[in-house]
Amino acid sequence: MNEKLALSEDILMKISKPERYIGHEVNSVMKDLNNVNVRFAMCFPDVYEIGMSHLGIQILYDLLNSIDDVWCERVYSPWLDLDAIMRKENIPLFALESQDPIKDFDFLGITIQYEMCYTNILQVLDLAQIPLLASEREEDCPIVIGGGPCAYNPEPLADFFDIFYIGEGETQYQELIHLYKKCKEQGTKREEFLRFAAKIPGIYVPSLYEITYNEDGTIASFLPREKGIPVTIQKEIVRDMTQAPYPLKPVIPFIKATQDRVVMEIQRGCIRGCRFCQAGQIYRPVRERDVNQLKEYALELLKNTGHEEISLSSLSSSDYSQLPELIDFLIQECSVNHTNISLPSLRIDAFSLDVMSKVQDIKKSSLTFAPEAGSQRLRNVINKGLTEENILHGAAMAFEGGWTKVKLYFMLGLPTETPEDIAGIGDLCNKVAATFFDTIPKEKRVNGKVQITASTSFFVPKPFTPFQWAAQSTKEEFIEKAYQTRTGITSQLNQKSIKYNWHEADASVIEGLLARGDRRLGKVILSVYQQGGFYEAWSEYYDHSRWEKALEENNLTLHFYTHRERPVDEILPWDFIDCGVTKEFFISEWAKAKQEIVSENCSQKCQGCGAARFGCGICVEKR
Amino acid sequence: MKLRIKFSKQGVIRYIGHLDLMRYFQKTIRRAGIDVSYSGGFSPHQIMSFAAPLGVGLTSNGEYMDIQVDSFTDCEDVKTRINAVSIPEIQVISVKILPDNAENAMASVAAADYTISFKENKAPSLDFASCIEKLMQREAILFIKEGKKGTREVNLRPGIYRFEYKDSKFRLLVDASSGGNIKPVQVMTALLAETGKELEANSLHIVREEVYTSVETEEGNKLIPLEELGHE
Repeated sequence: MNEKLALSEDILMKISKPERYIGHEVNSVMKDLNNVNVRFAMCFPDVYEIGMSHLGIQILYDLLNSIDDVWCERVYSPWLDLDAIMRKENIPLFALESQDPIKDFDFLGITIQYEMCYTNILQVLDLAQIPLLASEREEDCPIVIGGGPCAYNPEPLADFFDIFYIGEGETQYQELIHLYKKCKEQGTKREEFLRFAAKIPGIYVPSLYEITYNEDGTIASFLPREKGIPVTIQKEIVRDMTQAPYPLKPVIPFIKATQDRVVMEIQRGCIRGCRFCQAGQIYRPVRERDVNQLKEYALELLKNTGHEEISLSSLSSSDYSQLPELIDFLIQECSVNHTNISLPSLRIDAFSLDVMSKVQDIKKSSLTFAPEAGSQRLRNVINKGLTEENILHGAAMAFEGGWTKVKLYFMLGLPTETPEDIAGIGDLCNKVAATFFDTIPKEKRVNGKVQITASTSFFVPKPFTPFQWAAQSTKEEFIEKAYQTRTGITSQLNQKSIKYNWHEADASVIEGLLARGDRRLGKVILSVYQQGGFYEAWSEYYDHSRWEKALEENNLTLHFYTHRERPVDEILPWDFIDCGVTKEFFISEWAKAKQEIVSENCSQKCQGCGAARFGCGICVEKR
Repeated sequence: MKLRIKFSKQGVIRYIGHLDLMRYFQKTIRRAGIDVSYSGGFSPHQIMSFAAPLGVGLTSNGEYMDIQVDSFTDCEDVKTRINAVSIPEIQVISVKILPDNAENAMASVAAADYTISFKENKAPSLDFASCIEKLMQREAILFIKEGKKGTREVNLRPGIYRFEYKDSKFRLLVDASSGGNIKPVQVMTALLAETGKELEANSLHIVREEVYTSVETEEGNKLIPLEELGHE
């Protein structure tokens, strides 16, 4: 029995949820240090319960620990109570398994899933007692490596990372570790190791690139500082999902994680091509996992974890071609041992309603539609192939099936949006409510009511989407749009059946700033952190004034980064990355959006986006 | 059929709270492939109950939970299967079959005994044996209990069944029933208060050794370990 803990009893008894910091979870991996040559700390820079719910980390944890002499451990952002104690008592941030300080590790890998965690990355480095700036790290510092969707525009974080890994993690980590071991044996200097690493496909070493700017602040050039360093970095991608490693023994937290269930990825990528969606582009082409393998995985995962629920994960589950077969299997298996099935991202149709009625409590569960825009015109602009008829028909079927709760998701501030589009949100909600009253006769209505919840988020233009050039609305415009939406809803006949929620406007603007920012934002992020900003994905700890102050200090403006429309010939900070989809495709989609022209999805007709060059998934399969 | 499972909770797992321990066992029992019974309804749950929640920070050599099973092989097999998929800090000590008319674990709890020692350099220099003697001679040991609805005064004395000090260790047997549950820290606080001293936070190692139920015998009521109500 291992009793080693980095924190004293006095601390553990005083902080909230000490279980976050003690390790020892079932399926966590312990290794004998005598047989370990490379120590890797894998970090999700947010609180434990959120980080533990992330599938990507589990995949990499499993993959790295499958290498005999590599020990991959986990680390998350300490919560604010412990954060304060660690600073005061100078306790270095530690990994959960060994409880050893991260600063003594070979690698610190950080997954970057959303922009509002950027300041938490600095918190993690700071508590780990690793210099925040990569340029100040000495030979004995861990190599700090970033990955995940936000690494597709790593530039705002370039100052803080030694390496970014662009694309899917399964493919090049072995190669990178192999190189590291060789360099360690030969006593190669850190700088030299980074130079070698930069030649591995998918690996970007920001310190090896030089950026110059025009007078107007746009990028003039973005080039390697020396010969032999690649000009563009192509994303890494798993070509054969069936051969790819999958974590069949995920770590099971003692405390309830956000995802308190087995997560099984059924496919990667999405055929839909919604023009606002980054995931739909960077994970191209869509690649399905083999249904027979998934059946085996499901049983194995449930057996190894003891979880009472399994959730199928993908960007759009309904598009998985073998879904009926998989679900039939799961319903059969799960009914005998009291396992729940959760099916996020299902399109509402006769099939999904039938499935949901089998696996959920209809009275309690709600149906979700994501029309994203209030009018058909704007839905055409964003290429969201969901019509009013689809929604109303789906809602009518659901009401007949006994559902009375409907959630509708919209975005405000989409390109070309007009007041009529916003008014369309209230109209659509009203029509859904009216459908209930038209479909269900009075005597059959449960409590006589239907509950419609409309939620709006604010559109954030993202790199590697057809909207990467679009102007984002200002905070004031967003608030005005939310107000218009609310007025539109309250003026409806069925307004009493409709509830309206909206997101914070100011954090959405900062998300926009960071999503499409360049290297100069490093100083802004650092300043916000030094002003005390972290855990900013948590609205209660977000302070907009810190960002305003930091931008001003550095003579940078939100207007430049996010509120102006960029011309298509401007050099974008992420242009050096090749995500598989060509810039020409994004330009043509941007033009089609402005003309309100819809593009067919990948299963209907190939649009020639460029991802076919990977020679896998839907690009090579029969449609 | 109802099974009574006695288990240990040791080492760093002392920081796992009671609700999380229950969640831990729900998953562990599934991993072990035990044919546990489920309640009916739309969100069925395992039929499982725990004897006496153990405070965070305490370890134990004698925790209890009851589970109901639809079928099972034998007690030893259940023990082996759970231990094979459990962490070293939580291990099953015994599995017993309960008679059909047995009370559930929580309702049967009458007393618990603890081994208590001061952590290194935390012990005040006192003659503990004689302090205990004095304390136990009192008719009432009043203790201010801080609850959710404010503070109230309770008399600990009737609930302290045995209190000894030997080889730098305290051995304490106290009422652990839902009506009169006494915590070891309360008794230790009262003991130090006897000499005008205050108990420092986190200065004690507290191990729960056993949980007892009370049975009627010819010589009056007798405390026996909860596991003795069942058979192999």
